[in-house]
Formats: sequence, structure tokens, C-alpha cells
Amino acid sequence: MNRRTVITGMGCVTPLGFEVEEVWRRLLAGECGIAPTTLFDAATFPTTFAAEVKEFPLAALLGDQSERHASASRNSRFALAASVLAWRQAGLDQALALDHTQIGVYLGGGEGPLDFDASTQAAIAGSRDDDGQPIDFDSVRWAPAAMELLNGERELEQEPNLAAAHIASLFKLQGPNFNTLTACAASTQAIGEACNMIQYGDADVMITGGTHSMIHPIGVTGFNRLTALSTRNDDCYTASRPFDRTRDGFVLGEGAGIVVIEELAHAQHRGAKILAEIAGFGSTADAYRVTDIHEEGRGPIGAMRIALHKAGLEPADIDYISAHGTGTEENDKIETRAIREVFGDLAPNVPISSIKSMLGHLIAAAGAVELIVCVQAIRDSIAPPTIHYHTPDPNCDLDYIPNEARKTNIRAALSNSFGFGGQNNAIVVKAFTP
Amino acid sequence: MQDKRRVVITGVGVATPLGLGIEDTWDALLSKRTAIGPMQGFDASELPASIGGELPAFKLADYIPKSHRKSAKLMCRDIEIAMVCAYQTVKHAGLVTKCMVERGEAEADAKVDPVRFGASLGAGLIPADLRELAAAFNTAVTDGKSLNLTAWGEEGMTNLTPLWLLKFLPNMLACHVTIVHDAQAPCNTITCGEASGHLAIGEAFRTIARGDADVCICGGVESKTNPMGIGRQIKMDRINTQDNDNPTLASQPFGQDREGMVVSEGGGMVIIESLDHAQSRSARILGELAGFGSGHDIHHWQEPCPDGEGTAIALRKALADANIKPDEVDLLNPFGTGIAKHDESELAGWRAVFGPDMGKKHAATTRGALGINGAGSGAIDFAVSIMALYSNTVPPSQNTEAAIAANAFGFVSSDSRDADITAMISLSRSLSGGQRAALVVKKFQEN
Repeated sequence: MNRRTVITGMGCVTPLGFEVEEVWRRLLAGECGIAPTTLFDAATFPTTFAAEVKEFPLAALLGDQSERHASASRNSRFALAASVLAWRQAGLDQALALDHTQIGVYLGGGEGPLDFDASTQAAIAGSRDDDGQPIDFDSVRWAPAAMELLNGERELEQEPNLAAAHIASLFKLQGPNFNTLTACAASTQAIGEACNMIQYGDADVMITGGTHSMIHPIGVTGFNRLTALSTRNDDCYTASRPFDRTRDGFVLGEGAGIVVIEELAHAQHRGAKILAEIAGFGSTADAYRVTDIHEEGRGPIGAMRIALHKAGLEPADIDYISAHGTGTEENDKIETRAIREVFGDLAPNVPISSIKSMLGHLIAAAGAVELIVCVQAIRDSIAPPTIHYHTPDPNCDLDYIPNEARKTNIRAALSNSFGFGGQNNAIVVKAFTP
Repeated sequence: MQDKRRVVITGVGVATPLGLGIEDTWDALLSKRTAIGPMQGFDASELPASIGGELPAFKLADYIPKSHRKSAKLMCRDIEIAMVCAYQTVKHAGLVTKCMVERGEAEADAKVDPVRFGASLGAGLIPADLRELAAAFNTAVTDGKSLNLTAWGEEGMTNLTPLWLLKFLPNMLACHVTIVHDAQAPCNTITCGEASGHLAIGEAFRTIARGDADVCICGGVESKTNPMGIGRQIKMDRINTQDNDNPTLASQPFGQDREGMVVSEGGGMVIIESLDHAQSRSARILGELAGFGSGHDIHHWQEPCPDGEGTAIALRKALADANIKPDEVDLLNPFGTGIAKHDESELAGWRAVFGPDMGKKHAATTRGALGINGAGSGAIDFAVSIMALYSNTVPPSQNTEAAIAANAFGFVSSDSRDADITAMISLSRSLSGGQRAALVVKKFQEN
């Protein structure tokens, strides 16, 4: 008999707020979190805007543990805040007699932002001669500057597994502790693999999801050089236009999404409120090219089909698709093609949206926030919109829920996440029935 | 609990400073060689530590098909090493992949089914190449010492090649491996420091056991023999800075008269497959992957638990998963770092599970010979321990005289020892973060 996995708590930190209900209300209202970049001076960068996280009350959420986690990176801070919210919603703060060796963490956590001034100044000191003239990098010149400028704690907090470690230390979780970094697919992969761990019995409860911020000079440089980001600097509020013919790239967002998933009997035994059931997960690799997605969408098709099969559902059972929908030319076209292949004649009738139109792309954290939104959509029978959708693209010819949320009964939802390097993950969540 | 399929190991491949491929590395270990020496890849003379374990020279073209050669410019060092490991592993397993067919080393009709072939790799936090980065930074320096973001945004960043970011994303190791060998089944990249390889192998083990793939290539790879790789560890106070003139003695796991780790580079991978799949292609079976367990040291993300509780949890869970008792295990493969607080924590965890007579069991570690490369170290240890089990040979563990004298582990410091090994357990643990993971391998028996 398979063990079933249910969601009992959710928390997030996003460019549209940090309470799930607040974020949900704003997404349904079609609000947008994109604005000129303030985290660093991006005025001359090809892209001058992003979807930044504003205030979130980490100190209040951590209470007397706040000082202990003071060294946490931006990523880990997002993850800690979202975890406390999810932990509380799950009622785990009130739970008695938990076996902490059977509670684990599985995050899709990004690398922490570089210690920018220290590492750039050391690199520059390593490539200047005694007269201050530029020379090829020389590690002999770099070494003394690096030893003086770099800081051990700040370096350590950049490790991608640190957010998961902070969470485990906060809640005293001695079970499995994983971090995956499969680029933009990471948090969906984390949640899916965490479900597999629960089904096997490696854990009874997992704190899972993702956290990431790449809104820093190096992150924006990397994506700008790839020409993956929108450069609509004169109209940044509308820059994220998934599936619209005028789309010109994704908009960088940041934040965290965390869910508490739990083995059904464990949740029922402690009287937890069950928010939804994770029914199926599929993961594939394109194994195609380093720089391009397979034109036919081979990997995404496989991931969606496996997720549906594992869920024991047919395409007709899916009432909403949360698209990866980045707003890049290539992704949106190929994702559309893949959905058409999997859903066949039903494809035009399935409501699809990309909340990246409102939140930007949270990279490693994107899939987790999108899964949370699917759970809310199932609960409230309403699907969030794709905003800034005005010009149809013949290559993207499905129902993207343009501009306004839509009331519709949603029994089950499919959420897609695809990453650079050909990582494809799809997850199916459905209304819980005992 | 789901029905579990049996999973066996059919190939191991490594790239270590002692050799490329398991044969060369194994032979070097048996002849008690240590690979730590003065850093050659860059001038480390002005750093507090200037030694490391670097790979022998290799030609990438020997490990990839011609069709992938143009992608070599998108590879950082870690990805190149992953290419070497993957090739070595697939070859050792006699597995027919796209790479082997394209290289003319195997016939296409025996090719493994790509949609049933997965990959799960551990990778590190890969630092950008400072030679490339500093040259670009230099074009946007207006005060002689710092990066001017205005100048960088206007023009400076264009000095980085457009695909620059793709060289350093941790999941690009798996990306290149899956392309070259055509592995389209579940693919993951675990980034949990030194525990990454064991966690990745453990996850792939579960993937095959529940039927989501028939074959997986899994393990870990990292290089820390670069300025930022060693520089970061120095600033975290982990490096042995006293033995620049005694490199072969510098990495001393569970020792008492030296302090600190030594950086290196390399990786290890294994081919694991369902028993049915291995038997259907008449593969040589090196051992049965029987148990996986993981746990966490919750004490503090920067410091290990003094009592090694996370280590003990991982070991116990792996033993329970394999359905064996501690006294049925013949070979222990602890991680060992040379850093006192880490080694004391680890030792306490092992003792909590295996008891005070643990030193009477055979033990092996490559730490003294190879130092620590990060995400690849555990997988190298695992590969070596599989060979020990398969060949009934306990290899010598360099620089373990102090550990043996303290009765910490039953390492062999002299010549290798013949031993009947029916089961082994291997542990790896992250230096940052607290992740602990253990794998149990049994000698293969049909029933």
C-alpha cells in the first residue's frame, strides 16, 4: 500500500508580500511586483528592474532565535521566514511527541549572494601591477588581498545547503537534509523528491520548497549576458509578458516558498488540517543541448506524462496548469507545444497561467511558490491570471487566463518547472479526499 | 512500504590525484602513495597553505564523443572532471551509452534505453574562474581598486562571454553527462558539500528501487584546487597551514598531531541498476547497494554536534534499510577530515552505533592520500570501498597511524590486508551545514 503525501502547511516570501493569503489576494487582483532595481545600482545594466522582496518580519517570526541566525544570507533569511509560517500553519509548533529523526528538509536553495565588495576588490587587486595598471590575473597578488578582505562566515553562508541547515537547526530536524540546485526547476524537484522520501518511509514529514535571490550584480550580469532577461526598461511594470507575442525575456524575482508535506496517517493522527494532496511527480532530463531546449519539448512532455501517470490521472482530470511560463521566446513556445502534445484535443480547454507575469521569476524558488498557488486555486475554485497579456502569438495558442482571474472548479492542478541544463519537473496536486 | 526492486553496482569510475580510473587509483592506494604536493595549477605561494591534490593531466577529447567537443568551451574544471568520471564509470560497467557508441567503443544495438537511464550527481559551489572574471572587472575600475557598477553595466560586462553563467551552474555537470551519455530519466544535482555524493547515490538508489529508472549514473565531483576553492576554506579556518613542507603527511584523518584539511580535486561515480537489468545484460556485479540513510547534525550549521548525533542517525538508518546489524558489517569507511572537531564528532557518531570495539573492524579512508575535494570525496571513498568489498582487500589508509594507535578505527597503515568482506558501510558528511549520509553495500548473492 502506497503512503500518501499531503500538504499541511505553506509559507512564502515574495515580491508581493509574505503571507500566503495576502500574496494570493494580490495575485488574484493581478498586481505586479516589478519595479526599478534598488538592491544595487543597476542604472546602466541592460536590465534596470526586478521583482524585489520588500520588508518581511524575520526577527518577529524567529523571536528569541533571531540573534542566533543573524549571519544568514538573504536566501536563508527568506527560507527561515517562509518555514516558520509553514510550520505554524501545519500546527507543528503545537504538536507533541514528534520523532525529529523522521522529519527532514529538502530545499531547492540557490547559492547565497556573493560577498560582492570583498571578492571583486580581491580579484581586482590580483590583476593590477605595482603601478595600478591592469595585468593578467596573478594569484600571488590576489592572495594577500583575498586573505584580508574575505570573511569566513560570509563565505560559508553562501553554500547552497545552508538554508536547509538553518531550517533544520531552528526546528531541530534530524531527518534527511537535502539541497538540490537544478536551476529554475529546483524547488519543484525538491518537493517531488521529498514526496518520494515520504512514500518510501525515509521521513514522515518534510519541510520542502525553495529559496533564491539572484538580484545582485553578478546574477543580473549572468542572465543579461545570456540575453534571457527582459530589457523593457521604459515600461518595466509590464515587462513580464509570458505567452504574449511581445515578450522579450523573463524578469528576475526573488523569494522563498516552503510547504510542509506529511504522510497522510501521520497528519491525520495529530489532527492536522490537510490542505491538498500531492498526487504525482515526474522528472526528466532533456539530454539534448547545453544551450537549447529540445524543439519538440521531449523532456517536458515526459515529465508531465510521468506526473499524471503517478497521480493515476488523465489529462481530462487536470483543471488548471501553472505554467513554467518564463516569458522567454523559446520557453513559452516549447512549453505550449509540450502541453498540446500531452493534452491533445483537450489542450485549448485547460486554463493555464504564469504567475511569473506578476512575481517575476524566483529561479530556484519559483516552483514552490507556484505549487502553493495551485493549492489556493483548488481551495477557492479560482485560477490566477497571466497579466500583461494582450498580443496573441501564433506559437502560443492556448488559454492563458489573460489579465483577470477566473472562477472555475479545480479538482487537480499541474505545475511545471524547467531549468537551464535540460531539467524538467512536473508535479500534480489535487483536492484531498480521505 | 512500497515493493522494492534490488539494486546492484556494476561499475565504478574515479578521477583522483592518484589516477584517472579506478584501476590506477586502486593500484596507487595499494602501493601506499599519497597525492598531496605543492600546488601546480596556480601559484599558491602567498597563501597560508600552498599544497593540494591535483589530477594528472588529461585530454578531454579522450572522454567525450566528437559531437560534444565544441561544448568544451562551456566547461569549467568541475564539468571536465565529471566528463572523465562518467566515461570511466560507464566503461567500467560495460554499459553501452551514446558516448561509447559515437566513440566507436561499442555497438549501437546494445545501447541502454535513454528514458530508463537517470543521473544524480553531487556538485559544489563552483567559483567563477578568476582569470576570466578579473580581466573583465579590470575594464570597469575607475578608482584603481573596486568595480564601478556604472562602468560595468555600460560596457564592462560585455567582456564576459555570453554563455559565461552556464559554465558555473552546479547542475551543468549533470547536464553535460546526460547529453554525452544520453540519460533522459530522472536527473538531479545535490549541493550539500561533502555529503553530496552519498545523498545523490542514495536518491538514485531509491529511484531505481521504486522503478522510475533501470540504470543511474551517480556520484559527485568537485575541484577546490583553485584560488577561491582553497581561499574560502582557509578563511573558514579548516586548512592545515603547518605542513606546506610536508605535503605527504599533511592530511591526517582522525589524527592528533596535525590540524586541518588539505584541498584536492576529483570525483567518483558508480553505475547502479536494477538486478534484472544488470542480469539481462550479463553485467559483472560488484556488490548490492542495500541501504541508505541520512541524518542531520542540528547543533549549529557552522559546527558539528560534539556527540555526532546526525552521523549516528544516518548510520542507523542505513543499516536498518539494509536490514543488517552492526556486527554483520566487515568494513567501515568513515569520512575523516583532519579537522579535530569534525573528526571527534564523526568518531562519536560511529562509536554510538558500532560500540567501543569498533577499532577491531576493518576500516579504510582515502583522506590521507587524497585530501578533500568537496562533493567528490565521498563518492571516491565509496568507489574504493566497493572495490575493497569486491576484491576482499582492505587497502592501506595513509596517515592513519595516530588513528590506529588511538584505536579509533581499524585502518591498515602498512600493506593491504586480505579480508573476507561481506558488507561495508560508507559515510560522508558536509563540513558546512550538517548533512550526514551513509550507504551500505553487501557482497552480491543471487538470493
